Amino acid sequence: MRTRGRLGDRLLHAYTWLIIAWLSSPIAVMILFGFNDKQSKSNTTWQGFTLRWYAELFDVSDLTVALRNSLVIALVSTVITVVIGTMLGLALGRHRFRGSGATNFLVFAAISTPELVMGASLLSLFVSGNVPRDANTIIVAHVLFSLSFVVVTVRARVVGLDPSLEEAARDLGASAWGTFRQVTLPSILPGVLAGAMLSFALSIDDYVVTSFVNGSTVTFPLWIVGAVKTGIPPQVNVMGTLIFGIGVLIAIANAVAARRRA
Amino acid sequence: MRRLTPYLLALPGWMWLAIFLVVPMAAMASVSLQTGNAIDGFAMTFSFSNYGDALSTYSTQLLRSLLYGGLATVAMLLIGYPVAYWIAFRGGRRKSMYLFLLLLPFFVSFVLRTISWNFLLADNGILFGTLKDWGLLPEGFHVLATTFAVVGGLTYNFLPFMILPIYVALERVDPRVVEAAQDLYATRAAAFRRVVLPLSLPGVFAGVLMTFVPATADPVNAQILGGTSNTMIGNIIQTEYLTNLDYPTASALSFTLMAILLVGIFVYAKALGTENVLEAAAR
Repeated sequence: MRTRGRLGDRLLHAYTWLIIAWLSSPIAVMILFGFNDKQSKSNTTWQGFTLRWYAELFDVSDLTVALRNSLVIALVSTVITVVIGTMLGLALGRHRFRGSGATNFLVFAAISTPELVMGASLLSLFVSGNVPRDANTIIVAHVLFSLSFVVVTVRARVVGLDPSLEEAARDLGASAWGTFRQVTLPSILPGVLAGAMLSFALSIDDYVVTSFVNGSTVTFPLWIVGAVKTGIPPQVNVMGTLIFGIGVLIAIANAVAARRRA
Repeated sequence: MRRLTPYLLALPGWMWLAIFLVVPMAAMASVSLQTGNAIDGFAMTFSFSNYGDALSTYSTQLLRSLLYGGLATVAMLLIGYPVAYWIAFRGGRRKSMYLFLLLLPFFVSFVLRTISWNFLLADNGILFGTLKDWGLLPEGFHVLATTFAVVGGLTYNFLPFMILPIYVALERVDPRVVEAAQDLYATRAAAFRRVVLPLSLPGVFAGVLMTFVPATADPVNAQILGGTSNTMIGNIIQTEYLTNLDYPTASALSFTLMAILLVGIFVYAKALGTENVLEAAAR
């Protein structure tokens, strides 16, 4: 009985690692083929190690433009999302007001609407209203699908916050703004930062919604999908590798900082 | 002034959701009933037959999407539950490391991950090409452009969204409850079936919700891994909107898809309470 339990545990342990390996395998391939010294047009067989694609990272000019578009759009939409999402999260977490139930429902609806439907309906609106599609419409869409995630993470922090702390600040003569800046904001900050990172990641990764509202503006994921038929240049692997590396470093730094705080 | 505070705080976010989520739905409903073409423009004619026409033309793709989404969801549940179980009960102090490793793919763009699979599974690529050279696989063997490739891609891409909510539910199960069951002479299997499994069901529900909806509506996997015979409804909607400029048909299809999925979601949400679903979604 006991040994069978242990054997089962061992099998499950191995199985967990197998799934992790499966999930990571396409990443390993992506990183590896960023170092492939390919001679022919297609980057499909291993032909030796090179750092050439790192040196020539920005040589494919429309790819570079697409990456820059993605970064700018992610940055702008994250700033907008964090500001209005934090405000909405504070309102919903702290106050009961007329319409708060309906607003909670909208927040939930925005999370559960499939990306495809979100993109299609936004395009219907823009077509009906003769709104030209460009980087601005992409930003509008990205704020929309990121907003709820910021609201939810901020609201969770606000609900966990002891209201007597704010009352104490008020009793000690702090203004409403002073209380917010010196008491409320520092305690909800981890939620705000988590929401910001999530918004940025969602924005830079998005293909489906963006494909409906982009007009002639091309982002990094859109460029890659467009290039599948003609062959993906190794620079894409390098950019993917760099984004991956930076993301992982930030996540690890974040975890270390959280452990130090605790 | 203080009574106005929550309204002022909520206003910008609320307006964003109203203008860019609710109004577009109405616009889409309106477009789906119009007739016309992209050059002369579209006019409202309350043409409900758009729905019938769209559905009779594309019912295959719609049903295929629900089938592929369903198959992928079942696969994710079967593959993911044991992983969530092991990490929750046996992960010990390394729990967060395992979760981090499971989330690693999310640091690479969704389309890039899918293209990487296309690359790995190519008929004469690094995997199958090599095996064919060694004579271990017949020349005609292929995985790309099959149902298996698309369902496999969907399973791969959304698996962490199944594992995380189940993990969260299992992590809350007090191990002493399981011990109590075993003290009362339940076998390990019975303790799992009658104690652990029921306690993990909210996580399973949330996981199914978070994977079935995006998997069913996903156009990327079918486009990159599926070839021409595995087209899903997402590909049709994209083509109708962006290439054919047939906005009424595309809107009618999107609306139908949304209706089917939303009915499903709200049946679930009612069973769970929306707050729980949100909580699971936030993690």
